[in-house]
Amino acid sequence: MRIIVVGNGMVGYKFCEKLVAKKIPGIQISVFGEEQYPAYDRVHLSSFFEGKDITGLELASPSWYRENGIDLHLGDPVQAINRSAKLVHTFKGFVKHYDILVMATGSSAFVPRIEGVEKEGVFLYRTIEDLYLIQSYAAKVKTGTVIGGGLLGLEAAKALIDLGISNPHVIEFAPRLMPRQLDEVASEMLLTTLTGLGLTIHTNTNTSGILGKNQITGLQFADGSSLQTDMLIISAGIRPRGELAVECGLETGMNGGVVVNNFMQTTDPSIYAIGECALYNEMIYGLVAPGYEMAEVLVTHLYNMMVKPPLPAREFTGFDMSTRLKLVGTDVASFGDPFADGENVRNIVLKDSVKGIYKRINVSADGKYLLGGILIGDATQYNLLLQTCKNKILLPPHPEDVILPAREGKKEEGAGVTTLPDDALICSCEGVSKLSICQSVTDKGCETVDAIKKCTKAGTGCGGCLPMVKDLMVYTMKQQGKYIRNVLCEHFDYSRQELLDLVKLHELKTYDAVLNQLGKGDGCEVCKPAVSSIIASLWNEMILKKGNDTSQDSNDRFLANIQKGGTYSVVPRIPGGEITPEKLITIGKVAQKYGLYTKITGGQRIDMFGAHLGDLPFIWSELIVAGFESGHAYGKALRTVKSCVGSTWCRFGLQDSVSYAIRVEERYRGLRAPHKIKSAVSGCIRECAEAQSKDFGIIATEKGWNLYVCGNGGSKPQHALLLAADIDSETCIKYIDRFLMFYIRTADPLTRTATWLNKMEGGIDYLRNVVVNDSLGMAAQWEVEMQSLVDAYQCEWKAAIENPEIRKRFSHFVNAPDEKDPTVQFEPLRDQKKVANWK
Amino acid sequence: MTQQKETALESDRWFAACRVEDVAENGGVCVKYGDSQIALFYFTRRNEWYATQNECPHKKQMALSRGMIGTKNEEPKIACPFHKKTFSLVTGECLSGDECAIKTYPVKVENGRVYIGIGQNDVS
Repeated sequence: MRIIVVGNGMVGYKFCEKLVAKKIPGIQISVFGEEQYPAYDRVHLSSFFEGKDITGLELASPSWYRENGIDLHLGDPVQAINRSAKLVHTFKGFVKHYDILVMATGSSAFVPRIEGVEKEGVFLYRTIEDLYLIQSYAAKVKTGTVIGGGLLGLEAAKALIDLGISNPHVIEFAPRLMPRQLDEVASEMLLTTLTGLGLTIHTNTNTSGILGKNQITGLQFADGSSLQTDMLIISAGIRPRGELAVECGLETGMNGGVVVNNFMQTTDPSIYAIGECALYNEMIYGLVAPGYEMAEVLVTHLYNMMVKPPLPAREFTGFDMSTRLKLVGTDVASFGDPFADGENVRNIVLKDSVKGIYKRINVSADGKYLLGGILIGDATQYNLLLQTCKNKILLPPHPEDVILPAREGKKEEGAGVTTLPDDALICSCEGVSKLSICQSVTDKGCETVDAIKKCTKAGTGCGGCLPMVKDLMVYTMKQQGKYIRNVLCEHFDYSRQELLDLVKLHELKTYDAVLNQLGKGDGCEVCKPAVSSIIASLWNEMILKKGNDTSQDSNDRFLANIQKGGTYSVVPRIPGGEITPEKLITIGKVAQKYGLYTKITGGQRIDMFGAHLGDLPFIWSELIVAGFESGHAYGKALRTVKSCVGSTWCRFGLQDSVSYAIRVEERYRGLRAPHKIKSAVSGCIRECAEAQSKDFGIIATEKGWNLYVCGNGGSKPQHALLLAADIDSETCIKYIDRFLMFYIRTADPLTRTATWLNKMEGGIDYLRNVVVNDSLGMAAQWEVEMQSLVDAYQCEWKAAIENPEIRKRFSHFVNAPDEKDPTVQFEPLRDQKKVANWK
Repeated sequence: MTQQKETALESDRWFAACRVEDVAENGGVCVKYGDSQIALFYFTRRNEWYATQNECPHKKQMALSRGMIGTKNEEPKIACPFHKKTFSLVTGECLSGDECAIKTYPVKVENGRVYIGIGQNDVS
């Protein structure tokens, strides 16, 4: 099968590269290019003037073509196509037969009909050849002008500045700059910025003639005015090069674009067209990314014609024309539908005329999805916005946050790279997904952006995705514990989050099993409690089961808080702070009998201090008979859910806060987490339960509940933030389930929810997206997992006193089980007692 | 330290503390010896036994037997439950950077019984 490619531009080259990679047996490829150079990076043409030499722009060296068996003819354009005989005739006189002909002839600069364009000093801005001519002419002159205020025209103006022409003029026929990409305000902003940078821009200006004898000396405008200039670059748009197609009778469009179908096939089944010469659905795609996509479509199509089994079919269905570039050092970007407007669209605009920043996003009326937008002056959010738009990722509840600059003390807003789905297209030029980039890091060991570029080709086109590629690399390396090694201790090379996933995956249920399979050495006081907490969070089994007892943190090991002097305190659970007189009497009697000091805690419970280790099982037996259960005051677990008295008694109360607090406390009792968890429910906005200082706090409203999360008292008090408003009781429980599971899954050891949130990229908006909008798609799983933890709950003190093996550990002397520690000393204080001071 | 150990081994009594199964695996218990308290540890993972004074020298608390054992670069150690000060189970030296140290005792196991070697100067 003989394939002839007409044209060796960026898209023609990309077609060869992709075709060669498929290793189709029995094909011969010939390429005929008009220029003297093998395909080069036309997108970065102006970097030629910044000193990059031509080989730096080359996409592949001539030897690449040889090594891949491609017969490359440069400076030898195809001049005619004989369709009936399937022959091409070239400028140098070759006549070659083809089975498949691929037209990748690109486009040429559109030259408006102006009198005098043939004069010396008038240039186009399209090829390396043009650049050489411009360069040598500019060295001799002082002033320069560009016709065309579009993308390329402004690039050309930048090139003039680089060549030492200090104040180039730009002439635009339309009323504004870059009319295809920017709205009026954006154009105005760009114009102001560019003017400040030394360009003089004339909009609404129609050039009627070029002045000068043989050499250009100035421009004549239709309104009668004129402008002196030593040279002129015309960059007024492109025109597809379809001459060959017209001559051989293929169907072409009004500008000469070659009409193609979804497989890039022209009206002759043996002839295809790709890139800027192809006219698809009455549209010419003048960017490199869609051209590459066309090349991919065609390669897949040809492969499937010749090879079995076929690849999944691929069709061209149009392409996103989003673009980002730097014009004279100014960020300019537009994406999605930059002009979306009307009833079903919310436009959000941020404008700072001093800083030259204009940002517009178009959001669906319900505020959920991003439709498109424009960024001038600051396009740092471009990649994320583009991905959010393309992948239809839910916006945060205040969509304006995504374009607001990050402020001090406020983390980067909106979704980070981490939230993108695996198939999100990061590099649209080369069609590289997030997954392939992450995999190049994990599987192929790429740890620099250059290595990733080489391995995946991401970022080798326009380069606009490189910041994102870097973020993904850092993120993936972090995930592997490579960049920031956040490992547990010398015995485990994993972070808590990684370890949790592994313990879950391998269904490990004892500390030793985890250490044998995932760690090394003999453990220590850092990894033992952390692993024990993970095991408890995952399986919710009795923590003092043989094999796990001695790996528990000191307090967990004896199910009580060790106090000064070596005695313990006892805190029975009093859900919501509600207690019957009978139970109060029991506590009083128990405290009396065992000589305990009693105090009301901050969490609406009663703490009994001064219990000897050996007395603990007896104390608990009596408490359990009276209907108490463990309060987990000793564990990194749910402590209390405090409540105000609420609508049952209070004249201001809106909801029954006590009943709800009891429900919440009984649901999450015994739940172990990276750190302790406190909660509260207030019956109205007077907030008597101080819910906003808790890990999660609930405040009644007229319609239901407001749920606040990640508050903290302690040494660095922090108010909880509103996660969801006016939700009903069931929804509130659902959100708390998800919130707690997310926390348990991802927090570092001994990190309270407040700190966890402070470290979270995207902050509360990200958290809300995960919990409320289920942006990670984990909600259902988390709810099921939480329910199984709730179902597995048992009072561990009850289990402990019923098990003789466990009960045996509750004595001070192994060889004198009934004796108490004689060194424990108490002193009287008011009507009770206190422990003797530290020595 | 070596000298102290030798003294204990040579001249003094081996005190029968308890049976092997009385000690939690990879954990400790407190042994009463007259008016003294000795912490006894069964490092099951390494099949090693250690004994030290039960009092943590930091705040003078009788608590080391309730602490967590582990290793630091292969060196067996005990962490006090009060403030997580750690001490070498081999040398008694404080590994958390304090000047204090704890007394250590030799341990032997015979016929399922655990013996602690007490020197004459060890016990007050």
